[in-house]
Amino acid sequence: MEFRYLPMTEDDKQTMLRSIGVNDADELFSDIPSKVRLKKPMNLKSPANEGDLKKELASMAAKNANLKQYHCFLGAGVYDHYIPSVVDHVISRSEFYTAYTPYQPEISQGELQAIFEFQTMICELTGLDVANSSMYDGGTALAEAVNLSAAQTRRKKVLVSRAVHPQSRAVIETYAKGSGLTIVYIDTNHGVTDLNKLQKELNDETASVVVQYPNFFGLLEPMKEIQTLLSDKKKTMFITSSNPLALGYLRPPAEFGADIVVGDTQVFGIPAQFGGPHCGYFATTKKLMRKVPGRLVGQTTDEDGVRGFVLTLQAREQHIRRDKATSNICSNQALNALASAVAMSALGKRGLKKMAALNMKKARYAKQRLEEAGFTIIYDGAFFNEFVLQLDKPVTEVNEQLLERGIIGGYDLERDYPNMSGQMLVAVTENRSAEEIDKFVKELGDIN
Amino acid sequence: MNRQDFPLIFERSKLGRTSYSLPELDVPDVDLEQELGETYIRKEAANLPEISELDLMRHYTALSTRNYGVDSGFYPLGSCTMKYNPKINEDVARMEGFSHIHPDQPESSVQGAMAMMYDLQQSLCEITGMDEVSLQSAAGAQGEWTALMMIRAFHEANGDYQRTKVIVPDSAHGTNPASATVAGFEAVTVQSNEQGLVDLEDLKRVVGPDTAALMLTNPNTLGLFETEIEEMAKIVHDAGGKMYYDGANLNAIMGYARPGDMGFDAVHLNLHKTFTGPHGGGGPGSGPVGVTEELKPFLPKPLLEKSGDRYLFKDDLPQSIGRVKPYYGNFGIYLRAYTYIRTMGAEGLKKVSEYAVLNANYLMRNLQKEYDLPFKQHCKHEFVLSGRRQKKLGVRTLDIAKRLLDYGYHPPTIYFPLNVEEALMIEPTETESKETLDGFIETMLQIAKEVREEPELVQEAPHQTIVKRMDETTAARKPILRYEPKSEA
Repeated sequence: MEFRYLPMTEDDKQTMLRSIGVNDADELFSDIPSKVRLKKPMNLKSPANEGDLKKELASMAAKNANLKQYHCFLGAGVYDHYIPSVVDHVISRSEFYTAYTPYQPEISQGELQAIFEFQTMICELTGLDVANSSMYDGGTALAEAVNLSAAQTRRKKVLVSRAVHPQSRAVIETYAKGSGLTIVYIDTNHGVTDLNKLQKELNDETASVVVQYPNFFGLLEPMKEIQTLLSDKKKTMFITSSNPLALGYLRPPAEFGADIVVGDTQVFGIPAQFGGPHCGYFATTKKLMRKVPGRLVGQTTDEDGVRGFVLTLQAREQHIRRDKATSNICSNQALNALASAVAMSALGKRGLKKMAALNMKKARYAKQRLEEAGFTIIYDGAFFNEFVLQLDKPVTEVNEQLLERGIIGGYDLERDYPNMSGQMLVAVTENRSAEEIDKFVKELGDIN
Repeated sequence: MNRQDFPLIFERSKLGRTSYSLPELDVPDVDLEQELGETYIRKEAANLPEISELDLMRHYTALSTRNYGVDSGFYPLGSCTMKYNPKINEDVARMEGFSHIHPDQPESSVQGAMAMMYDLQQSLCEITGMDEVSLQSAAGAQGEWTALMMIRAFHEANGDYQRTKVIVPDSAHGTNPASATVAGFEAVTVQSNEQGLVDLEDLKRVVGPDTAALMLTNPNTLGLFETEIEEMAKIVHDAGGKMYYDGANLNAIMGYARPGDMGFDAVHLNLHKTFTGPHGGGGPGSGPVGVTEELKPFLPKPLLEKSGDRYLFKDDLPQSIGRVKPYYGNFGIYLRAYTYIRTMGAEGLKKVSEYAVLNANYLMRNLQKEYDLPFKQHCKHEFVLSGRRQKKLGVRTLDIAKRLLDYGYHPPTIYFPLNVEEALMIEPTETESKETLDGFIETMLQIAKEVREEPELVQEAPHQTIVKRMDETTAARKPILRYEPKSEA
């Protein structure tokens, strides 16, 4: 059988074997002890030709309800947003996607500069001084932020709002087991972090306070009040996880004194693709610059004084510091960071703000229509593009029926909050038309 | 800005240009500023570039031409397996039924995606000889940490709290000790012997009742097969430790040997290396973890299972280490790996390893004429040369790497592993033709000649690139990590 990715001819092979000085290729494997040798062929499906395989995979893909065919009101951390066509054209340039980490700056200026631009955009949105080149996703970025706060303050207790994304919290918990940290959850009050409970737990052992802004329920946290609470706890760090699209309209966390801001740039040019790959971002203050996990691109000049970019401050990283590194991250999400940078460039200063505003306006329209249709909206606080709806029937049941009517319904909050039975987190992005929203309200009314 | 400086996208920006086309506001307008008030409204818009669509494309197209990928030319970056990235993979990953599905949709509406993931898990079990695979980890380093967390949970479940140490060879990749630390272990080093293999005597010395695991690649970082692997597994297992396989080098042995048959208890794989996930300029990767039956209860949540003809995510796993990543990992990379495995089958994957090893040995035997080869046995998919002969002539490995840029190659990995002086780590992969290999050999021999005859030509390289060597010292001393607009003054 011939394989199109394997270029050696039999003739090439024989010439090479002679040059090496062996009779056959098996001799090159003679160092594998016979006891651990695989004696039978691996049991895998037979090789498939390109046409058949594409057909087969297309039919697997067709078994999934996709967001291009269904009207999606599901968000909860992953959103159906406008993706400018330019994004895929740029990331399909194989000079980008078939390269690896830019270790050789002379032939990697394209990637390095694109990431430097990405870092700048993240700084602009968060209001912070330094952003890295990307993390795996928003959840692990948050876990890294928590680890950094513990290392920096030499404290072991971290206060995490229950209105932080449940999966991010779960990831923090797993990382905390490794680093021996204690996670204390702060309950919510009217859907936002309970300030009294936060105040009660906050003390001189607190490494950091973690909130999400806008939070998991779509609500805007009392950032000013949290900032005030933290004002006499100088050492305790303030970490927020933020949807960067929301930051196009909302006051950046840095202005509320956040020391670290993380999140996911999936909202910019990255399709949902069943949860990954997305792209974590990590931003912080100048003071913590030398503690940042992951790769950083810095500007410098070459021998002739020409501006250029390099990977920098590498003494933080695992390949230099090994067991003393600030994190074990090596591969990151560079291509997704590039996609997000392209999307942010396409949107630009005004477009990004406009897109954020469209989300808020459409979400408010949906909320109002649902209220008019007799539904109860649970919280009345300021929100971004998501809100919580009370249903009479279980959310999973309603969602199965919505699916039959061409709609992907919202997130079932009972999955993570046992007392929120029948409560659905509804997301409305700029992609939802008034007509789709009206249809959603109508179908929901019929089903419930 | 210097005359020769390539402009940043911010420097191309002019307020008033756009390259977006957002949906219309088709709902009644509301006054957000009034609703949210001063507390929550951003005073100044984030300073993003304003650029037309054509200028945006030209900017990024120009940047792409200032970059070098596998499609540009030979990329023998050791330990990174820079093989060809098949184009059908990219087409499959962009099918709307895969790329535009939400991770929290009802399971009934994503059965196709789950079927693919399940089938991939099964294939990876077969390739590694493991009993169960979780795809979730985002990259190799996260896979290492995930497996170590599982090993930790296993020991703790046995009341074995004193196992605080993870043994890593001196040649190991930096992520190994770093992952051990993040998982709460202390990393201890085991030395290599003169053959470049783990020194069994030293292993016996460092192993003990405090050993949680040994982390090992096989073939190891020098590209050499650890021939005493059975004995090593016995030493570690007898001490009550677990054997962890770092799958960075799996490309060398598919169809020839399996970590599961060598005595490993846990493995991680790099789908972006062996299984053709594109490296993306640094990522995304994907680092599935495979384990034996004994470690299965500790796998991360959720676990994908099949019940009858339905696929489901199981969350109720009392001994699980918990979640390591939101959702189900880097699904887009699974599609590429799956497409690749289905394209190659068992026969094709075995040929992959055969040619990866053939190509590496061919390069090695032809380059050892001019470059020191510290370890003489056949290599597997990669090998390590030492530039110490050239160093005596005043030319460092870094210079040789830079000179390769002039000849249009991506250089090998340099100064790694740490236990070889002036190391050049070369991994050609199986997707390169004999002509490409011969061209590289000729160039490397030519550079060796230059080192002898005109060393300054190499020392001052590169000469042909768009920028020369960078001032990395200043970059680190006075870091500039973002663009700052020049003040109007």
